[in-house]
Amino acid sequence: MHRFANPARFLRIAAIVQPWAMAVAVLSFAAGLWFSLLASPADYQQGETVRIMYIHVPSAWMGMFCYTAMAVFSAMGLIWKHPLADLMARATAPVGAAFTLICLVTGSLWGKPMWGTWWVWDARLTSMLILFFLYLGYMALADAFDDPERGQKAANILALVGVVNVPVIKWSVDWWNTLHQPASVVKMGGPAIDASMMVPLILMALAFKAYWVVVLILRTRAEIAAAKLRTLRMAQVHAAGQTEVELHG
Amino acid sequence: MTRKKRRLYFVILGLLAVGTAAALVLSALRQDIVFFFSPTEILEAKVQTEGRRIRLGGLVEQGSVVKEGAKVRFKVTDGAHALPVEFEGLLPDLFREGQGVVTEGRMGAGVFLASEVLAKHDENYMPKEVADSLKKSGHWQGEEKK
Repeated sequence: MHRFANPARFLRIAAIVQPWAMAVAVLSFAAGLWFSLLASPADYQQGETVRIMYIHVPSAWMGMFCYTAMAVFSAMGLIWKHPLADLMARATAPVGAAFTLICLVTGSLWGKPMWGTWWVWDARLTSMLILFFLYLGYMALADAFDDPERGQKAANILALVGVVNVPVIKWSVDWWNTLHQPASVVKMGGPAIDASMMVPLILMALAFKAYWVVVLILRTRAEIAAAKLRTLRMAQVHAAGQTEVELHG
Repeated sequence: MTRKKRRLYFVILGLLAVGTAAALVLSALRQDIVFFFSPTEILEAKVQTEGRRIRLGGLVEQGSVVKEGAKVRFKVTDGAHALPVEFEGLLPDLFREGQGVVTEGRMGAGVFLASEVLAKHDENYMPKEVADSLKKSGHWQGEEKK
């Protein structure tokens, strides 16, 4: 694991992975949209409204996945002080926040016709909203200090504390009575989704994951470049100061 | 112990502490986090129902839906007990006999007076043809009490 903490090595691997991840993201998203909007059957109860699920459920997975990844990166940043881990946690936060928001909005759009309400304060919906706020809190905190290192440390701790919310989201539908339905895909006794509906769901999930990999690489590369630029500027200013001293000296 | 090791243990201990605290809080608030009560819980007076709005959840009993104009009467069952419900208003798309439902309102004399009815969806997703063939072959497992 420590071998990957080297920025030069990261950049080398990233350069190889990036085009592949991009290709997977674009292709599986196109195929996923085709299947979810056109080439999959309507549900026996929900009719065409079931198609919202193909965006909603993979987004919910991404919300939880990105948070877990962010917490792992944060732990690595805190314990081993890997600057790269901090950068990757920062790069993941907005992706997770965006998918969590998509999940909340699409869920609401589905809830109105199916349940008869836009929103209820049941355990699943509330814990998902808390996840969204945790992302916002992380991003705000990471930038709230003049000293970026202090902000990063505080944000890392917040990310770690908030990680208890992830299992609560996952099992909220089993631990309490909720309006939200229980798990269909990851559950005991196998999925309760017909294979024809599983195809678009998996494709969309794959597309979203690949998208995260692309954004993670792009943002981390940008951050590394920004750090390099800062060092170069500092060196320039320093060198200019030196010449000044020499001229006047 | 190196500083890295110390930080590692610190993080693990911290996570354990936060996790335990969250578990204790959530189990203490159990009654409040539960979104609805079952007919059994209400009929056996396990929850305070007097003068307070509560939510009742379960399956709409087969053959119990009676419509009189805008008024709807049906029974909500959890398999053990069934509670009659009265409701006036628009029902959601997924409301049907044998499906899950959550109603909000207060207890009247033996009747639950609902002011809001929400349909609860189950975890099964399938095309209509698959549902029909399952019903035909006798492998249908939906619309049964959990």
